[in-house]
Amino acid sequence: MKPQLSSLVRGLLAGAAIILVLGLADAALHDLLAQNPFGAPRPAQAAEPEASGLIGWLLAKQSEFYRQMSSTIRAAKSDGSAVWTLLFISFAYGIFHAAGPGHGKAVIASYLVANRETARRGIALSFASALMQSLVAILIVGISAWVLNATAKTMCKAEGVIEIASYALIAAFGLRLVWVKGGAFIRALQAAQPVPAMAGVPHDHDHDHHHHHDAHDHHDHGHDHHHHDHAHAAHHHAHDHVHDEHCGHSHGPTPSELAGPGGWRRGFAAILTVGIRPCSGAILVLVFALAQGLFWAGIAATFLMGLGTAITVAAIAVVAVSAKDIAQRLSAGRDGGGALFMRGIEFGAAGLVLLFGVGLLFGYIAAERTTCF
Amino acid sequence: MDMRALYGWLLAVGLSFAAGAAQAHPHVWITATSELLYAADGTITGVRHAWTFDDMFSAYAVQGLESKTKGTYTSEELKPLAQTNVESLKEYAYFTFARADGKKERFQEPVDYFLDYKDTVLTLHFTLPLKSPVKPRQLVLEVFDRSFFIDFQMAKDSPVKLVGAPAGCQMKLERPNDGTASAQKLNEQTFLNGENSNFGMMFANKITVDCP
Repeated sequence: MKPQLSSLVRGLLAGAAIILVLGLADAALHDLLAQNPFGAPRPAQAAEPEASGLIGWLLAKQSEFYRQMSSTIRAAKSDGSAVWTLLFISFAYGIFHAAGPGHGKAVIASYLVANRETARRGIALSFASALMQSLVAILIVGISAWVLNATAKTMCKAEGVIEIASYALIAAFGLRLVWVKGGAFIRALQAAQPVPAMAGVPHDHDHDHHHHHDAHDHHDHGHDHHHHDHAHAAHHHAHDHVHDEHCGHSHGPTPSELAGPGGWRRGFAAILTVGIRPCSGAILVLVFALAQGLFWAGIAATFLMGLGTAITVAAIAVVAVSAKDIAQRLSAGRDGGGALFMRGIEFGAAGLVLLFGVGLLFGYIAAERTTCF
Repeated sequence: MDMRALYGWLLAVGLSFAAGAAQAHPHVWITATSELLYAADGTITGVRHAWTFDDMFSAYAVQGLESKTKGTYTSEELKPLAQTNVESLKEYAYFTFARADGKKERFQEPVDYFLDYKDTVLTLHFTLPLKSPVKPRQLVLEVFDRSFFIDFQMAKDSPVKLVGAPAGCQMKLERPNDGTASAQKLNEQTFLNGENSNFGMMFANKITVDCP
């Protein structure tokens, strides 16, 4: 029992360590940027609350760029060159907006860790979800305001519905991850138990049973593309079990296994989950641009915001994947604990996605709700 | 089991949640003026607000509204919007929080509300009558958005007026950014000590009226 518990503790510690590393890297990055802020002039009327520290500084920067957008769009009406300023401000806003703590980035980072994804895929997912976010904002405003001439009330309600749907999606996504990763974690726990009677054929049979059950469940949920993923994990587990005493390391999927036709479909759930909720800021900018007769400038600004967001989220995704890889390398040399250790991290990351989804859905993180009035 | 590991894990999760609160940065800016309404006998009967929205939000709010002259809106044309505004504001307790001698006071639904549109910005005027008029030694009125989706700033010129207040009443305004508000410091520490649920409180405009 004792070795098993200590492995569990190791897993928990590593999970906490990854998040701390993420936080520290985040902080370090911003301290660095703080030495060299974008030299945009601060509008006189934007009296910022005196805020200190990383979060306060981020808030101030976001507000600063955001508040410049309306005047820049106005200026662009008479002076075409102001559009370039607008694009720059939008890009900078995107970078800072995503750098502020938020669920999108947290979901992507947790997903990458839970699913043993590569940094390259992390970058691709970040850009795809940011692009989708921009497109959703443009579609909402394009259809409701431009085509249907709907009122703000209608638009805000639509936004609210999409918001709730997106939170439900995060929760569902997290639940599925927890289900899959929880199963893997429990089996790793069982395998880590040094009970002699468990070695051999009956044990393998037990695993097969689990495997079939899970695969069936996936089928029920219409996630049959995950079947392969899971079967793969189960296969590895059996492999780990057989050779645990001898080599004691786990095999992650190789890059070639991640590429291929199923690769994008697998990531699509993550893209949809994060990308479906548009940024309220983008919607306001788009409607404002439309009112000024410069809808195209609003669209361009929205894409630039998305690009800025993608760069920040991609950077954080890479940090998350690297931290996990380091943890994996550190744990690889341990006796039998390596697999359990990594399954523990994956399970923890899956749990985080679920917590975020549930928290957002039931309003514990109420600050992310759109205010309609 | 190592409790420290568990503690570390919980802290990490807690931090992530606190981080969620911080994502909200203002999307709407309101420049406010407020009047405290007194009855002849010196009791406070209510608050009258005039909230001017920033031009981005104003453009958003009038989107899709009919108007006789393009680009201008009369209070008559804005009537349905004003109605929506005051109805929606109820959910947020009108972003107005009053304490009479430390006791929380409640407001009735707004009366005398209308919107005007001047120089591309909307101003919402409305009166919040107190549920029961009070005559406290000290009244504290705070105007802020808990979630900080809206950034409230009291106007530069005559932000607060006491209408019909008894002689000798002293008014004091603490702005979130003039260094006198008690909790204007916003940093990571704030998120660690569990105050993130009242995140917007740090941006509160605090009006204090002391009467003899």
